[in-house]
Amino acid sequence: MSSKAFQRIYTRLEAITKATVTVKATGVSNDELATVDGRLAQVVKMKGDMVTLQVFKGTENIPTDAEVVFFGEPPALNVSDNLAGRFFNAYGEPIDGGPEVEGERRYIGGPSVNPYRRRQPSQLIPTGIAGIDLNNTLVSGQKIPFFADPDQPYNQVMAMVALRADVDKIILGGMGLSNDDYLYFRHEFENAGALNKIISFVNTTEQPPVERLLIPDMALTAAEYFAVDKNEKVLVLLTDMTLYADALSIVSNRMDQIPSKDSMPGSLYSDLAKIYEKAVQLPDGGSITIIAVTTLNDGDITHAIPDNTGYITEGQLFLRHDSDTGKTIIDPFRSLSRLKQLVQGKQTREDHSQVMNCAVRLYSDAANAKTKLENGFDLSDYDNRCLAYAREYSTRLLSIDVNIPIDEMLDTAWELFGKYFTKAETGLKQKIIDKYWKESIN
Amino acid sequence: MEQIRKTTGKVTGIISNLVTVLVDGPVAQNEICFIHLGGVRMMAEVIKVSGKYASVQVFESTRGLKNGDFVEFEGHMLEVTLGPGLLSSNFDGLQNNLATMNGVFLTRGEYTLPIDPEKEWDFTPIANAGDSVVAADWLGEVKEGWLPHKIMVPFSFKGTYKVESIVPAGTYKANSTIAVLVDSEGEKHNVSMLQKWPVKVAVTAYREKPRPYRVMETGVRCIDTLNPIAEGGTGFIPGPFGCGKTVLQHAIAKQGEADIIVMAACGERANEVVEIFTEFPELVDPRTGRSLMERTTIICNTSNMPVAAREASVYTAMTICEYYRAMGLRSLLLADSTSRWAQALREMSNRMEELPGADAFPVDLSSTISNFYSRAGVVTLNNGKTGAVTFIGTVSPAGGNLKEPVTESTKKAARCFYALNQARADRKRYPAVDPVDSYSKYLEYPEIIAFMKEKISPDWVDKVMEAKNIIIRGKEAYEQINILGDDGVPMSYHERYWKSELIDFVILQQDAFDAIDASTPLERQEYMLTKVLDVCSKEREFETFEDCSKYYKELINLFRQMNYSEFRSEDFNKYLGQINEKTAYVK
Repeated sequence: MSSKAFQRIYTRLEAITKATVTVKATGVSNDELATVDGRLAQVVKMKGDMVTLQVFKGTENIPTDAEVVFFGEPPALNVSDNLAGRFFNAYGEPIDGGPEVEGERRYIGGPSVNPYRRRQPSQLIPTGIAGIDLNNTLVSGQKIPFFADPDQPYNQVMAMVALRADVDKIILGGMGLSNDDYLYFRHEFENAGALNKIISFVNTTEQPPVERLLIPDMALTAAEYFAVDKNEKVLVLLTDMTLYADALSIVSNRMDQIPSKDSMPGSLYSDLAKIYEKAVQLPDGGSITIIAVTTLNDGDITHAIPDNTGYITEGQLFLRHDSDTGKTIIDPFRSLSRLKQLVQGKQTREDHSQVMNCAVRLYSDAANAKTKLENGFDLSDYDNRCLAYAREYSTRLLSIDVNIPIDEMLDTAWELFGKYFTKAETGLKQKIIDKYWKESIN
Repeated sequence: MEQIRKTTGKVTGIISNLVTVLVDGPVAQNEICFIHLGGVRMMAEVIKVSGKYASVQVFESTRGLKNGDFVEFEGHMLEVTLGPGLLSSNFDGLQNNLATMNGVFLTRGEYTLPIDPEKEWDFTPIANAGDSVVAADWLGEVKEGWLPHKIMVPFSFKGTYKVESIVPAGTYKANSTIAVLVDSEGEKHNVSMLQKWPVKVAVTAYREKPRPYRVMETGVRCIDTLNPIAEGGTGFIPGPFGCGKTVLQHAIAKQGEADIIVMAACGERANEVVEIFTEFPELVDPRTGRSLMERTTIICNTSNMPVAAREASVYTAMTICEYYRAMGLRSLLLADSTSRWAQALREMSNRMEELPGADAFPVDLSSTISNFYSRAGVVTLNNGKTGAVTFIGTVSPAGGNLKEPVTESTKKAARCFYALNQARADRKRYPAVDPVDSYSKYLEYPEIIAFMKEKISPDWVDKVMEAKNIIIRGKEAYEQINILGDDGVPMSYHERYWKSELIDFVILQQDAFDAIDASTPLERQEYMLTKVLDVCSKEREFETFEDCSKYYKELINLFRQMNYSEFRSEDFNKYLGQINEKTAYVK
């Protein structure tokens, strides 16, 4: 990179939009940082000597004679072990009253791992929640979002998962987090006595939206330091990626780009992939696991943000309120962990995947029975048993307030099969029926 | 194409990976250039020329690039190197060998050789001195693992040549001259085992391209039995995320009846490619008894790798398939996902401020896709032998809605359509290929029908049609039951529905993670379909609809146990006996 022998300063803006300014300048490099009227900005476009900068804090009250100072380098973060236990803003500046972190300066948004050097994720991450461990088992090196409506307790579930997971570092990237939620996370982490393994980069709703664009890269640069340099198991929490994507659309809109679906930029897929693909199992034992939150609009997963996310991530955990039991559950139909078969039956009991599939299939039969009931038809004996099973399955296994080991989840499922169904109705392999079938006690 | 002096230029504008260059000489559309950034040379491709300005898409991150940076044009399009050593390799979209790159992270501007030119191969000549040859004619052969790899007259040679000399059998380096050819002007050309070819141009050095006439077995029942794909045919798999596109594609890659497989991971998840890296060397190809990796080449441009190289990756993969086809081999190209490729086109079109078509895709999307699919096919080579490229692409429609430009354009180009259905996936009915919406145009080909009569059984096509009919009637009956209620319809409706469920559970659904069920050879498929249709052919009487469902559920269970058992094994026959017993008595 170019040295900072002198700083180039310009004082005449050619154009101003809500998020960008354009200045006539030479010797500018793509992606480099600058300040515009004291506010941090980044070069996003050059056409001849016209340079367009995206101003993170917004351009309110910036005059045409504002001072533009180019730094000659892209955004960076100082990395060292001293990051642990600290809270930062989107620029990597401490917000916890502590000192600046000294360390090696690394540019954020760096290159990707050579796919050939990756290892296959293989380490189970138990959470105690059956909706996850039984049906959608998580694996280290995986990337998976919670899909949830804004009224779902997604941040609580995420904090719970993070604190139960057996990892060396937890890195929180908060985007458009409400101040209340920010304090909630801080409080939870402090209460768990886990503060020394947590690093947070937070942009709250009180701060300008465009700043959020820096958060994932900051969090992941810190994650790569611990995973690559220190061979640690790192869990990255990103909430809320929908608000991140909204910020992307604001910038692309100001740059007069033609929007694609749902007024999102055409590059949304690549933009999100760059973040999520940082999840990795490294050859030397370190790993980065990403659990994110994508808020939905009334459960609509066809919107461009959840849709593109679903194509990138290794599954999704769908939070839903189950009106039959009054519980918040991990929806077994819409949820999926694509890496589950890497650990199911390998690090868990041999009957795991068959039991999981069977339980879900019977739950879907219950859904059909429910439709029949709603349409005013008589229910068969099988339908009634399905419905009774579904209520118990939902309460004892799908609900997010469950916290039991995986073997106990499997035993519970077998107990329910024996209680409500015949062996043939389960369609399970004879071999595992012979070994695990539980006749109903009554 | 010969240039005395390379055209050079200077960077004058940057938006993300679209760079404008002021050039000092002639440039060609799609020409490759290198942008110098400090000591790093970044590859780029010309995608638009306007006056003295060339717009180039850079295959790398443009961070730190400045106006005025130096650009050097190469005088040729994006090329791949073809020769022995392609198999078992892992390339990026530009054919850099990922295995020989340094470090954990990809380094900008690091390009590695796709094939080791110094590697020695045992060469056996096929052509003789004095022979008259044209492009793609076989000069000799080396053993690439188990595969007889033909060394050919380079595809780029135009007209007829005379073999002046050819080396005798022996061990030679890939880049050493193995033959000298003389063109009609009397000029001599040295030929080695390596040749280059521009990826965006189809290889057409063959005699003719007949209609596909053979079925390509995949071991996946819902494809082979219901909607078979032809060798040299084209198909596509659209589906929302989470419907099992990748699992299905991997199953086809593992089991597909082809000599070589090229998998293009185009803008998809890196962990899925790692799965192939990890599993394929361990898996055995039942046909050759060798590791699956020995017949597989991976072109890997995952979603976080540069967008422009993503576009190139599918072309690189296709060119490698065409190269092996010219050796008289059957290659199978699987591209996951062509939507990502289309999105790469969209991103560039957007940055160039072109007027957009539907959903902001470029207006020529449809023709670009058709053009690409048309490169598949069976060909008769100049020596009368045949080779094939079969192509199956996946499509990731936004929001799972098939009424979007990429799906619609692909539907026009591909002959087989395997629609993945969200509702089926939700109910864990995998593979979630919709039996009603999906189709194979090849079922209408007289050549294919004749082939199936010969290879499978004389009445096979009729059976397939009958099975399809039962599925459709079952679906209609199910809708009626849902509207009128269990008691509101005649008993025959229930039976109709349960017969379709029987086919669904036994034939359509298949456990990709079960060692036995994962792959079903055609012989077993024929056996099972015949057996199931035999059961379906009888009308049974039931007192109540619950008796009906109970009866068929028990049958389904027995059939499934059969699917999980080794073909014609003791267990298999045991369940068969139970089924026969159960179905023998008709009231």
